[in-house]
Amino acid sequence: MTLNLTVSPDFAPDHISGWFIFNTWLQRQLGTGVHLELYDCFDAQRKDIKAGKFDLVYANPFDASMLVRELGFKALVRPISKPDETIIATHKDAAIQSVEDLKPGATLVTTDDPDVNRIGMIMLEPADLDASNTETLAVDSYVIVAKNVLNQNADVGFFLKDAYDELSDLIKNQMKILVSSEISVVHHTLLLSPKLQKYASTIQQRLIKMIDDEKGRSVLESMNLLGWEAMTEEETEFMIDLIDTLIDE
Amino acid sequence: MPEHDVKDVRDIVINYHDGTSRKAIVLDREVPYPEGKLIVSRTDTQGVITHANQAFVEMSGYTEDELIGTNHYILRHPDMPSVAFAGLWETIEAGNKWHGYVKNLRKDGAYYWVKATVIPNIRNGVVVGYTSVRRKPSRSKISESEALYKTLS
Repeated sequence: MTLNLTVSPDFAPDHISGWFIFNTWLQRQLGTGVHLELYDCFDAQRKDIKAGKFDLVYANPFDASMLVRELGFKALVRPISKPDETIIATHKDAAIQSVEDLKPGATLVTTDDPDVNRIGMIMLEPADLDASNTETLAVDSYVIVAKNVLNQNADVGFFLKDAYDELSDLIKNQMKILVSSEISVVHHTLLLSPKLQKYASTIQQRLIKMIDDEKGRSVLESMNLLGWEAMTEEETEFMIDLIDTLIDE
Repeated sequence: MPEHDVKDVRDIVINYHDGTSRKAIVLDREVPYPEGKLIVSRTDTQGVITHANQAFVEMSGYTEDELIGTNHYILRHPDMPSVAFAGLWETIEAGNKWHGYVKNLRKDGAYYWVKATVIPNIRNGVVVGYTSVRRKPSRSKISESEALYKTLS
């Protein structure tokens, strides 16, 4: 048997090798083949997930919702102390001092990261801004978001906080943060497909104990994670309910 | 309490739809919504609070222990028309999502405005409770809501 693993495309490029090291670690732990496939783009990955291509998915919170409610996946673990938070930043010399200073017609630069974009748009609501009265420039990575903010090609950029924190000081010093979310309970999760649930407990236990040995800790470090903690079914449902409230329809 | 607030203090009795009532103080003082935060709570099917996050504790002015086990209507401000909450319950009991702008009453009598969304928590096809998430509203939506609610009170 070979397990097919994929990872939400929103991690920093510096940690790509970390996920391949994790893949090798997981193969040894489970004594089975694990195939890792990475994507540049959320839509292409989502299409393959829906087609049943993957058994194990490290998903962003919005995709976790689809995986659990539509495809019957179950969350095994979440990364310790790593909530998904969003930052809206502008050029340090911009006249804008707060979100409420933005006017209709404002230009946004974003990636196609669904949770960051949703939370970002929620944080623009106090300025009466939404998709109908803003212009969005979608780019491939947070580094390119930053470049566009620095070149003042857009009024503000949306960032995953982790990705913002990993930008160089040279870049960060040329931006100012208008608002940073403090939601705390929305995070990535590692989910297992319904057809492999008999392995759920083994995989979950190995991941939780990963932090207990030196090799496991070094793999975690290469992925920029502190460790994993178990996710109960109700905790998963709670997060998905919360995300549902953030989708206006 | 700041001196300028004292003259605006009103002692009132709030009557709830279940026949209970309580005395409360009401101040004409708005507490700004905290930037970047979501206020999150869950209730059982009767509206009794089962979970409150830290932002809810801070903004409501109650302790977590005071909130858990209390009906969510403890937050209702007397300026809110009861018809707004009737619409909320009708919507969520039918299994749907409700959005609205709400003026909430704090324990100290001050108030804060939120954009609220409430959804039913459905487990195995059964509604077991509700999740309410509040976020920062715009000033224009608050003004529209104030004007609308005055006509409904």
